[in-house]
Amino acid sequence: MADSKSKKSKFEKAPIIEPGHTYGSITDKISSIVLTKKIRKSWLIGFSFSFMLLMVFLGSTGYLLMKGTGIWGLNVPVSWGFAIINFVWWIGIGHAGTLISAILLLLRQDWRTSINRFAEAMTLFAVAAAGMFPLLHMGRPWLFYWLMPYPNTMALWPQFRSPLVWDVFAVSTYALVSLLFWYVGLVPDFATLRDRAKNRTAQIIYGTLAMGWRGSAVHWHRYETAYLLLAGLATPLVISVHTVVSFDFAMGITPGWHATIFPPYFVAGAVYAGFAMVLTLSIPLRKVYGLEDFITMRHLKNMAKVMLATGLIVAYGYMIEAFTAWYSGAEYEEYMILNRMTGPYKHLYWALILCNVIAPQFIWISKVQNSVIGLFIVAMFVNVGMWLERFVIVVTSLHRDFLPSSWDMYSGTIWDWATYIGTMGLFLTLLFVFIRLVPAISIFEMRTLVTDSEKES
Amino acid sequence: MEEKKQELYGLLAEFKTSEELIHASEKAYKAGYRNMDAYTPFPVEELPEAVGFKKPVLPLLVLIGAITGGVLGFMMQYYASVISYPLNIGGRPLNSWPSFIPITFEMTILFGAFTAVFGMFALNGLPKPYHPVFNVPRFKLASRDIFFLCIESEDEKFEIENTKKFLEDLKPREIFEVDP
Repeated sequence: MADSKSKKSKFEKAPIIEPGHTYGSITDKISSIVLTKKIRKSWLIGFSFSFMLLMVFLGSTGYLLMKGTGIWGLNVPVSWGFAIINFVWWIGIGHAGTLISAILLLLRQDWRTSINRFAEAMTLFAVAAAGMFPLLHMGRPWLFYWLMPYPNTMALWPQFRSPLVWDVFAVSTYALVSLLFWYVGLVPDFATLRDRAKNRTAQIIYGTLAMGWRGSAVHWHRYETAYLLLAGLATPLVISVHTVVSFDFAMGITPGWHATIFPPYFVAGAVYAGFAMVLTLSIPLRKVYGLEDFITMRHLKNMAKVMLATGLIVAYGYMIEAFTAWYSGAEYEEYMILNRMTGPYKHLYWALILCNVIAPQFIWISKVQNSVIGLFIVAMFVNVGMWLERFVIVVTSLHRDFLPSSWDMYSGTIWDWATYIGTMGLFLTLLFVFIRLVPAISIFEMRTLVTDSEKES
Repeated sequence: MEEKKQELYGLLAEFKTSEELIHASEKAYKAGYRNMDAYTPFPVEELPEAVGFKKPVLPLLVLIGAITGGVLGFMMQYYASVISYPLNIGGRPLNSWPSFIPITFEMTILFGAFTAVFGMFALNGLPKPYHPVFNVPRFKLASRDIFFLCIESEDEKFEIENTKKFLEDLKPREIFEVDP
């Protein structure tokens, strides 16, 4: 009897929530991270470091506003440099959040519950960081509202036929919908914090944010309907956003950009980068805050599998890029891919293949799949690899175009790097503030999991 | 007694599990109570039906919102490119609709999402900073692990003694009087 039991458990999946938890214990554990006066040393160190990077961002932005985009490494064939690379990188990272919160919700993947709040926050902050680059690249960022259609004294309209204007609409819609989605998910948890806070200020702030939520059955019904509908709307939205981002490239006739594979290849790349980032962030988070009961090995493994699958799609994209270049018979396309693989930037191309194609293959090995550190290392490779991918796509396509007389080399200046590293500071600072002030795991959805696991047993 | 009825918002019964609450709500509905509500720490599937909630209007609102967004989005681009500021570029058509699709799509999603969120809050009557049920100190636990059923004094059948007796028969942990 005991033998058959142990045999069965060998094939059972790891739980999505460790046994023994009740509604109360979950509520207490997650809300206590927020409702405590004590500031953890690890939090303080992390926050200070991120805040320092944020200052680097403010400093480099201040200098940029004084001097103009000339302080960046842009030149004439490569007029899209770090700004677009970083924009695409950050936006892509954000996409995993929406994928986890919306698509996995529609697919009834219960395991998403404990990572969804955190991933959504990551989306918001990644979009905030991404948005900085096109804004700053404008040269006169204080006139950004010219991108919006509004009645103006110049009697002008944005060019609605331009992919760059589509991008403005796609990204701002994405930012707004992600914000709404995140806030709606938070309302019942704000109510929990309001009811549990001892401190008057906290009660007022969380109470205001909770908007008087009282958990009425009828309210819950409308709430769930709204949440499902939002998920249904966010799913095509997230795909459209990265499709439009890829249109920024694919609508141009530049060799290496003008390809129909771009939209699916970009969407897969975004999900790939995003899951790598969720892994990178949730592995230290669960360790530091002792959340191993909620973010279990099953979560990490599932995310790694999604990463592997999308990584294979991305690898297919690289293959097709090379194939199309050869099959097109167009000499510019052929030269572009040869230049990418063997030209002055060849080390970056092969580093990208190493990071994005070879590194994730280690996930096939179950030892790596079951090791937290192993997954963390693979995720770091992917983070770097996806940045390299955007660099290679942007720079190697631009720096040698149709006319050899206009060829040039491109590299980022110290200000390019400072701005890029600075946005990491922006992202991480927001993330640390979020972890301190808002429950990083959705409490009410975790309560639902307790009911389900009780019913099963 | 008659006076007391006016003073109360209703009676609040506390239950330990969601099953007990569903059971109690169904019984109350059968007994003819209509103005009641159940409060839970997380969504419970059968509960809205048990307290008599029938027609959800939100999905229809969202559909209307999304269609409005799409139509407005397209009209905006049509107006700008054909009527307000026509640009003749090599005789290409002014109403170049395929290139208007991405923005039309985004506006559809944006308006749909706004309707879903603000429609949900509006239908729920939120934000509502004050509500009588918060007068019961134990109600704080409705956002933790306790389930409540409230029969409101507005209900025609509400009669403080009878209703209390009826609720006691449902075997709650405790019954509270809710001040208005």
